[in-house]
Parts: sequence; C-alpha cells; structure tokens
Amino acid sequence: MNGYQRFFHGSTKVCIDVGALPMSLDTKADLFRLRLRPWTEKITDQSFRLLATVLASLVGLILAAILLTVLAGSRTAMATFGLGFLTTSNWNPVTNEYGAFTAIYGTLATSLLSLLIAVPLGVGTAIFLTENFIPSKARQIIGMMVELLAAIPSVVLGLWAIFVMEPFLRPLLNSLHATLGWLPFFSTEPEGPGIAPAILILVVMILPIITAIARDSLSQVPTELRQAAYGIGTSRWGAIFQVILPAAISGIAGGVMLSLGRAMGETMAVTMIIGNSNNFSLSLLAPGNTIASMLANQFGEADGSQVSSLMYAAFVLMLLTLVVNVLAQWVVRRLSLRYT
Amino acid sequence: MNTSMNPSSRPQSTNHNPETCLSLQNVSISYGNGKNVAVNNVFMEIPKGKVTAFIGPSGCGKSTVLRALNRMNDLIEGCGLKGRVLFDGQDLYDKRVDPVEVRRRIGMVFQKPNPFPKSIYENIAFGARINGYQGDMDELVESSLRKAALWDEAKDKLKESGFSLSGGQQQRLCIARTIAVEPEVILMDEPCSALDPISTLKIEETMHELKKTFTIVIVTHNMQQATRVSDLTGFFNVTDLVDYEGKVGCLEEFGETERIFNSPAQQATQDYVSGRFG
Repeated sequence: MNGYQRFFHGSTKVCIDVGALPMSLDTKADLFRLRLRPWTEKITDQSFRLLATVLASLVGLILAAILLTVLAGSRTAMATFGLGFLTTSNWNPVTNEYGAFTAIYGTLATSLLSLLIAVPLGVGTAIFLTENFIPSKARQIIGMMVELLAAIPSVVLGLWAIFVMEPFLRPLLNSLHATLGWLPFFSTEPEGPGIAPAILILVVMILPIITAIARDSLSQVPTELRQAAYGIGTSRWGAIFQVILPAAISGIAGGVMLSLGRAMGETMAVTMIIGNSNNFSLSLLAPGNTIASMLANQFGEADGSQVSSLMYAAFVLMLLTLVVNVLAQWVVRRLSLRYT
Repeated sequence: MNTSMNPSSRPQSTNHNPETCLSLQNVSISYGNGKNVAVNNVFMEIPKGKVTAFIGPSGCGKSTVLRALNRMNDLIEGCGLKGRVLFDGQDLYDKRVDPVEVRRRIGMVFQKPNPFPKSIYENIAFGARINGYQGDMDELVESSLRKAALWDEAKDKLKESGFSLSGGQQQRLCIARTIAVEPEVILMDEPCSALDPISTLKIEETMHELKKTFTIVIVTHNMQQATRVSDLTGFFNVTDLVDYEGKVGCLEEFGETERIFNSPAQQATQDYVSGRFG
C-alpha cells in the first residue's frame, strides 16, 4: 500500500491494495474498488496538498525570520544600552546615546488615548446602525460611508491633518492649555504638530474598523434574544445595554484589540502630524514621537549603532503588538465564555 | 381595502362574556409600509381569565394578530396597524401609550425557547429588576419557577446557565421569566412547536395552573392542543380580496372551543378542524 493510497482511504477504513486487485467482484469491498481514481488525478491532488503545505508553513517561517533578523540587528544596541534603552529618552546620534522612552511613551499614549475616544464613538455608531432608530435605507448609506472612511490612504489623512485639521483644532487645544494647563498633560503651549493631533487622526483611522466589526457582531445577536428582552417589558436602553451589548461583547472586544494593533503600528499619518521630537514631554500638546514614526524618519541616514538602536526599537514595537494580540485573544475568550 | 371583504368570511363573535380583556375592533395589519396586507378586518373579544387559542393554516396572520396584542410588531420595520386594540378599554395604539409598559403588562412566550445567556436565577431576576421590583428576589425566583413547574428540576442549579436546561425546561424558564414581571396577559406563540410530546404536556399542565391568575392567548398549529388547553378558539383562514392581489388572512370564526371543534358554523372551519385541509 503506497503513501497516497493510505492518505485517501485511511480515514474510511477501506484499505485497498492496488497491486492485488482481484478480477472477480463478489464482495462489497470489491465494489468500492471500482471507483479508484486515475493516477493523474491523484498526482494533482498530492502536489496541490504539498504546495499548500509549503505555502502555509512559509507564513510562519517569514514571521520567525523577521523576528530573528530584527533581534539579531538589535544585538549591539541591546548589549550597549540593555533595558535602560526602554527608560531613557536621550536620542543623540552624535554621541551615540540612544533611549526610546519618548517613542514608547508616544506609542502608548497615542494608541491608548485614540482607543479611548474611538471605542465609545465606534460602538455607539454601530448600535445606531443596527438597532432600527432610522430607516434601513439611511442606515445603509451611513454604513457605506463608514466603510469608505477606512479606504482613505493614510498619507492623505496625514496631509489633511496637517493642513486642515490641526489649524482648525488649534483654538480648542489652546483653550485646553489655558484651562487645564496645570495638568502635566496639557502643560505646554500647542505649536502645531504634536501628540494630540496625532491621537485625533488615529481616531479617524481606527473608527471605521471598530464600527464595522462592532456592527457585524451586533447584527449577529439573534433576533430571539432581542424579542426576549423586549417581550418582558425592557426599554430600548435596557435591551441594548443589558442584553444585546453583552451578547456581542466578544466580537466587539476583538475589533477593539485589532484597532489597537493598527493604532500602535500606524506610521505615515502619525509621522506627518506628531512633530517627530525626541525631547520627552508628558504634555500631549507638545511634539512627540512614536516608535513607528521614529523608524520612518531615521532609517535613511542611520548607520552603525543607530541602526542597531532602531532595530531594538522595532523589536520593542513587535513585542508590544504581540502582547496586545495575546491579550486580545485572552479577553475575547474570557468574554465569550461568559456570554454564550 | 377595508370594505372589500368577502361577506362569507365575516367573523362571528359568539362570545358573550362580559369580562372582556382584549378587544380587537376592525384590526388590519400590513407589512412593508402597507404593501402586503397580512390580516384584514379582525373583530374579537378575548375574555379575562380564559385561554384563547388561535388556529389556522400557515400565513393566515394568527401570529401577526398575537404580536399586535402587545405591540411586538412595532419592532418590525414597515409594519402598520389599522383599527383599534383595546386592553381593559384602553387603546394600546394610542399616542400616549408607552409600548414598553404594554409589553410588561402583556408578556410573551416565543416559538423557540430564548433564555438570556445568563444564569437561571438571573434569567428571572433580570426582568423583575428592570421593572423596578423591590421585594425579595429569591422568593420571586422560587415562586415564578414553581408556577412554571420548573422549580423541582432547577432548584439545585440556579447559578447555572439557562442553556444548560433541556428545550422543554428552557421554554418553562421563559414562561417563568414572563410570569416574574407579573403581567396580566400572557401571549404564547406556538410555545410547544419545538418541543417533544412530554415537554408539551408539561407546558400544557402549566397553562392550566396559569389561567387561574392570567389571561392566556396561544397560537398553535396543533389542534389537539387547542382542544386540550383552550376555552375559546379563533379560526383564522386565508381568503382572496376583491381588489387585492394575493392571499390575505382573516378571522373566519371565533367561539367556544367545543363549538368550534364539534359544530362550527362555517364550512371552512369544519374542513380545517376535521383535517380536510391545512
């Protein structure tokens, strides 16, 4: 019995020895043998299976290769700066001193704060689009627009942010500084590009992701569950917040985590609006940096230990997104266990 | 549309009970913003403290009428109602009436058991809490489960998910959940169609207990069930209208169950209850 014979018939427990095919057809087993497929078909199946296996394993290989080469590239910087790299904010190519704290702070601040704004907005929009507040025609149009928002290239958003959004928002940011300036987060005067406009452009970018995924999970909540809620005299608020949202929460959490990953890695629009400053400031109104924008800005003229430091920063970014992903899966599993 | 009815299908209300609970006065219901008429010119007096069954072939509008009784149809886009539905003399479709309050007073049990993805205890406590119940929740959960004949089977696993119960138990949990908000009427939309005969029997026994405290309206495809549980029966049928394309539901005959099944006034009712069509 050769290899692919076993592959095709092993699961059905009909084992066939082609070499000794009997001429008489007197048992049920013989009848099954009549439909043996020609060898060309088997070769095609076999080679397709092989090809698919190779391509599928390539994904894992590429991931591992990227991780390993980035890790290897950052070895010098790791040896020189150690974990201090993560906590110092000195970035000086002249003296070859590097610390990524400014960029790490920028990455975390922009992604988490943009999420804080985008989640209520996105989930709210999704609720509005799935519970029939407005006629279904209008809902479809709004839904389509949300999806179109996701299709805008990030460089266009960056351009819009720097020439339209930021000047438009300047008075608001100024008044934030004037009234809440005693807080360290608003302690500097807004002077154009900065972390706050970067957060807002990230909100625009991740809003459609959150909305689309939340809308899908909400519309998958069974009609029976809605009827059950309304049938015992639950108000619309009660039905949405106590029955429908909890039932859809695992899908929504997945979408939120996905967009957090997107926000952390977003480069172009953020680079254009964040100011690219390596001077650390807690203030959100001051220019700052994210790991992604720092990499995009400096890879061109970097050499030696600066390249290694950039690789180190890239490795940190990968680790951060990996942690986010693992966390996301854990959250989704926990939540779906509770509600389904 | 309202005046073009086939005269032979005019409903004949033989109910003389003075204690009317729900009164349908010339009710017509349509879907798709009036494009599809589901049921036409229904007159009906549903008495208090009795079980009223709606029977009839598929598409005759009996479920639609049932759902109109607690404004469940409001949740369907483009569904419209003409005529009046009176509950103790109050028009349920009056502008000043809150549909949420209507559904609290007129509860509903659905075709497919649909417990919340919460514990058995929470399934019952949820509705009561939302409606501002102030008393002892444990007591309410127990009494509701007892009334729905589920207490003995569920008392040891109140903290477990409602889905851990069997189909028939889930349906009784849904009945208990409905009872817990203390409605005056319970509407049941084919409550046993997804259940086996033994579970069906249990639900029917439950209904005999429930009708001491509640008015019950039940839609059923099972004519034996109608004879077993109901005091009154409304037979819905589909008819053609003179100036309307397609079939439209109407109330063919309404009266005491015994009379509907033994000596109906209409030939169509006779044909249906004897199994000649439908």
